[in-house]
Amino acid sequence: MVKSGGSKTSRHLGWAWASPGLIFLTLFAAIPVLSMLFMSVLTAGRFGGVTTPINFDNFSRATDPIFVKVIINSLLIASATAILSLLIGFPTALFISRLSRKWQVILIVAIILPYWTNFLVRTYAWLVLLNNEGIINKFLRNIGLIDKPIEMLYTPAAVIVGMTYLYLPLMILPIYAALEKVDKNLTEAAFDLGSSAWKSLRTISIPLAMPGILIGFIFVFVPSLGNFVVPELLGGGKTVMIGNLVRDQFLKARDWPFGATFALILALILVVLISIQSYVSKRVNVNA
Amino acid sequence: MHKRFNLSAVVAVFVIIFLYLPITAVVGLSFNQSSNSLIWKGFSLDWYKTIWSNEPIMSSFQRTIFVAVVTTVLSLIIGTTISIGLNKMKAGGFLRTFSTAPAIVPDLVLAIGLLTTFSVISMSLSLTTVIISHTVFCTAFVVAVVLARIGLIDPSIEEASTDLGASAMKTLFKITIPQLMPSLIAGAVLSFTLSMDEFVIAFFTNGPETPTLPMVIYSMIRFGVTPEINVLGTLLLVISFVGVILAQRIGKVADSI
Repeated sequence: MVKSGGSKTSRHLGWAWASPGLIFLTLFAAIPVLSMLFMSVLTAGRFGGVTTPINFDNFSRATDPIFVKVIINSLLIASATAILSLLIGFPTALFISRLSRKWQVILIVAIILPYWTNFLVRTYAWLVLLNNEGIINKFLRNIGLIDKPIEMLYTPAAVIVGMTYLYLPLMILPIYAALEKVDKNLTEAAFDLGSSAWKSLRTISIPLAMPGILIGFIFVFVPSLGNFVVPELLGGGKTVMIGNLVRDQFLKARDWPFGATFALILALILVVLISIQSYVSKRVNVNA
Repeated sequence: MHKRFNLSAVVAVFVIIFLYLPITAVVGLSFNQSSNSLIWKGFSLDWYKTIWSNEPIMSSFQRTIFVAVVTTVLSLIIGTTISIGLNKMKAGGFLRTFSTAPAIVPDLVLAIGLLTTFSVISMSLSLTTVIISHTVFCTAFVVAVVLARIGLIDPSIEEASTDLGASAMKTLFKITIPQLMPSLIAGAVLSFTLSMDEFVIAFFTNGPETPTLPMVIYSMIRFGVTPEINVLGTLLLVISFVGVILAQRIGKVADSI
């Protein structure tokens, strides 16, 4: 067989097709991201913008306990969001994967549908539910469980619930995709052979779903960690995350290099996390 | 035998309620009489009437549609040409990752990177900079979708077309594009919806004079919530629900061609 695709003319033709687009992406994706990361070693100009002395001052500034606390806080909130999503997302995906084909499609569409709604509207919806006069407080008061409204809004818990709401479909879909491929006979067989429900879950479903669980964890963790809108709207500014620091340094303090430092820290955390994910999922695949 | 799935069924029902209760509350409150957006008073369609004369909402909505349409067209052209090129040169992993990476880079990192770049090249912030920024990540999505399909196309059909004397243009429009159609439609729907909804990148790369809809919604939520936001939320819900269902139908039809 002649490998026409590998021929020289074909390769030249390929470059001719792709280069305008690749140049566009170089100018407006690669260079911006790289230069932004480089900016963290520069110094803020007097009236905004950046100037030279190249040094690592911004990194020592970032180790101030106030900022370290924000970074740890962000990691905790993003982890809590991902764990909560996993705890309710895994059983849901498991349930859906065991339905008939038709119901699988219906439920998956039902789970994706809210995700396509404007994310500010979805965040705002929690203001409606959680405020002191909101539906949840009214309901609890009507059934006589409380007589004074519970302050639910503007707490870290509100931020975690809001972000779980925003990103839950990103947890359910990859787990469902992994489970859906699992041979149903496998769990049936385990059951017939006297394995308990918990044991077949632990020895069959969870290991097989592991690649999906890892991807889902990343999909939820990544947008949560860099989020500044939800902490602001549902956390009422009391919950500060890395995203808020970046936003404030860029738009309020006008210290771009310092803002870029936090963005770099954010990017580094994500790179580490994704490396762990690909390492673990390779090992899981080998074992499976 | 279904007894063992009970717990997961309970959780699944809870998840569906969890996903739909908040948006149902917004839809319900959109029919509220009260001028307080959060407290129910009585049924009324008043806010559905006033929203059409709300100038900031209407003009920002037009801007959002404009940005989304231009972004979709540009992303389709750039994304498709990159995909065709990468396929022809049998490009390896690096160029593929490079072209799809903007879809994975955290939006905040891309946003401030672009803001910095526009400032360095002294490009003032406007709808143009928003369109450029949105085109960057929408292109990545188009490449991801189109590349997944283009590898499945038999190159001998294109070769036959050329051998039989069709011009490169004719081959492109009569052979390549029709075969890519389902992925082009998927890419277009993705680009349009992503651009319409996108807030973080637009927040950093838009100028103050030309707010788009997400920006208006954001400031409505932050500074004094008006009842119109419930109506707006409901209308956006309806638009995206219809959009998703239409896209699925079109996708099915296109797949069967």
